[in-house]
Amino acid sequence: MGREFLEGNEAITRGALAAKCDFFAGYPITPASSILHYMMEFISLNDGIAIQAEDEIASMGFCIAAAMAGRKVMTATSGPGISLYSENIGLAVIGETPMVIVNVQRQGPATGSATKGAEGDIQFIRWVTSGGLPVIALSPANLVEAYQLTYIAFNMAEKYRTPVFLLTNKDLAVTRESVDLTRVELPRLIQRKKYKSDQEFLPHHFDHPAEVPLMSDIGAEHIVRFTTSTHDKSGYLTNNPQLIQEMLRHYHAKIVENTDKLALVKTDLEPGAETLIISYGIVSKSVAVAVKQARSSRMKVSSLVLQTLWPVPVNHIKSAMNGIKKVLVPEMNLGQYIYEIERLVPRDVLVVGINKMDTTLISPEMILKEGGLV
Amino acid sequence: MSEAKYTSYRNNKFGFLPFCPGCGHTVLINALDKALIRLQLDPKKIVIVTDIGCIGLADRYFSTNAFHGLHGRSITYGCGLKLARPDLNVIVLQGDGGCGIGGAHLLNVSRRNIGIKLLVANNLNYGMTGGQHSVTTPAGGKTSSTPLGNLEAPMDLCATATAAGAPWVYRGTVFDQDLPEVIARAISQPGFAMLDIWELCTAYYSHRNKLKRQDMFDIIDRNHFKRGLIADNPRPEFSALYREQSQNNKELLKIKPTIKTKFTNTLNEKKEIIISGSAGQKIRSAATMFALASMYSGLEVTQKDDYPITVMTGHSISELVVSPEPINYNAIESPNYILLISEEGLKVSRSRIEKLPENCKLLADSSLKLPETRASVFTFPFLKTARKINRFSVGIVALAVLIRYSEIFPLEALEKTITTHQSPQIADINIQALEAGAKLY
Repeated sequence: MGREFLEGNEAITRGALAAKCDFFAGYPITPASSILHYMMEFISLNDGIAIQAEDEIASMGFCIAAAMAGRKVMTATSGPGISLYSENIGLAVIGETPMVIVNVQRQGPATGSATKGAEGDIQFIRWVTSGGLPVIALSPANLVEAYQLTYIAFNMAEKYRTPVFLLTNKDLAVTRESVDLTRVELPRLIQRKKYKSDQEFLPHHFDHPAEVPLMSDIGAEHIVRFTTSTHDKSGYLTNNPQLIQEMLRHYHAKIVENTDKLALVKTDLEPGAETLIISYGIVSKSVAVAVKQARSSRMKVSSLVLQTLWPVPVNHIKSAMNGIKKVLVPEMNLGQYIYEIERLVPRDVLVVGINKMDTTLISPEMILKEGGLV
Repeated sequence: MSEAKYTSYRNNKFGFLPFCPGCGHTVLINALDKALIRLQLDPKKIVIVTDIGCIGLADRYFSTNAFHGLHGRSITYGCGLKLARPDLNVIVLQGDGGCGIGGAHLLNVSRRNIGIKLLVANNLNYGMTGGQHSVTTPAGGKTSSTPLGNLEAPMDLCATATAAGAPWVYRGTVFDQDLPEVIARAISQPGFAMLDIWELCTAYYSHRNKLKRQDMFDIIDRNHFKRGLIADNPRPEFSALYREQSQNNKELLKIKPTIKTKFTNTLNEKKEIIISGSAGQKIRSAATMFALASMYSGLEVTQKDDYPITVMTGHSISELVVSPEPINYNAIESPNYILLISEEGLKVSRSRIEKLPENCKLLADSSLKLPETRASVFTFPFLKTARKINRFSVGIVALAVLIRYSEIFPLEALEKTITTHQSPQIADINIQALEAGAKLY
């Protein structure tokens, strides 16, 4: 038992340190700055390096290179910073770089309201870079999940050799809560699989498209090639359409074909319920209160909370549809993830967005009222 | 050199270098190979980082590690590699175009002194994209994007890096006989080293401007740019310095104490509390003391603060939710208690106060002129009481009143929190404030 009074950003750094993160680069931005502060202070526990870069572009540059040289890396920013990360995110995708990118969302667009919460970057993260290849994104609802999912994000990054996003919200990031992280269970730590042979190393070798290539850290056992250009399995530039297509299918397949393995959801299904609330992030805390209130007034309602946003947990969403006639999708934006839900539900199911983008949280009452649960 | 282990660092898989006839890049690459042979470095410990542009084609012609990244960002990749693996020899090949778009990185690597080596293949224009002008194109130079002749002044890369603090800076040309030796000297520097290497772009710039070898030297001199060794001011390299300091920091790190329940509480359901005051009144810090005291009393608690970006002026509001159960939704809509401490706090909370329900208790400073409200109002001389002790202690004075009034947990819990979590000097003031506050109710 070890209760502490922590903010979400601090829980994220605890998760990162538990995952053996030993490299961090970031640039100050409200409301993500305290992640930079905590990492600067505590990364020496992992014998690591944390650095404040000259801008967000350099933050990503430092991180990608350090990751390819064997470090477990994380960076943290908010929406405006993600805009500047964009091109390098593409580099991390094409170079198959394991890394964790935290986006503490604030009200946008542009500078927006720096100190106010929002969840407006949901589709932005999915389509953040040229080429439109899939990414992994997780979204915690509370401090415990911020800790757990950061740790899991590192596991996914290492396992699938890809950038993994952690999407939080100002309201989680800088609100302090009483919490006991020592009681939180974490899965086994996953480290990247390395090429062991003394043969020539192929940085992007796979036999089946969904297979994740083994790594060799720059500066260790093998000569390593890394490139931003379309390349073959050996990491040499290629203009051969067949080879380019083969690599692109691979980047796609290694995420999409592992959708079920990447899906983290919390289900609270009530037999006989005809209404299902699908939520993610901090809004799911309001959903929990709303569900409790609805049930106490004898209304049947089910809840599906998505911790994995990308890739869309298709099968988990479909299997929660049994007997459902109406799906509520509350979001702190003007309707983004609802598009993913609409394409998955049977035709006769009504999908209702409950939306607010005024920087304040969606209340349980708003969900009950707009969802017809009163 | 007969016993040299490494006789070439070139990768011959792709045949001859791909550059145009007469292009300076070919000379530069061959000079780099000679420099590496001279130094006999382990190829596994060398990373050639290349930028975008013609020089970006170079890395695959080497048998070392290669990192080919985005345009203008190669310095950042080089720094990431060096920070992660200080034993690596990181050589960045970047053109004058990359120095322009990545100007901030050039300034900052010079200032920070991360031990990468930057070789600038400076051919005075963008070759790969069709001969547009760059930051180093001479004034009056004809390029595909300067139909009027270049109206911009060229940047002196060496003077810029030197002014930003680069410890080792050298300007050479591909016509220098000692180029391999100079490159070897650059690579041997412990800190950041920049070598600006002037070249002819035979496809575009030198062709359009009828530029020959001697014209290039004339341009350098006409602009009063220095040649040869320009800076040689060694100072500690960043990643080495970081590691040394980081070890010291590790031993000094303080791990926060965890909180065990030591007191009882009287709550059956959650209570919402707002403390509304001004910047400089230590509102957030006082609220945190109350939150920790709640935890010592076995409660769950959340604290959300609101204040302007300029933290030293304006309002400062802390919202606390305390509950015997885990707290989900924590935005306050119907507060049970509001502590109103200053004019600024009142101003920001006015509309909320006007709408308060009857069951809310408003504990306000006696000096404030309150709007009409249905809430039960109690006034106390918070500010006057605090001023006798220390004006920063007003939050604790008010919270002591709240604890006595609400009886959520005993005053001893707040006392223990203050003495455990605050420095002796501040704790001394706040204990006086707590005692004075307790006497007000």
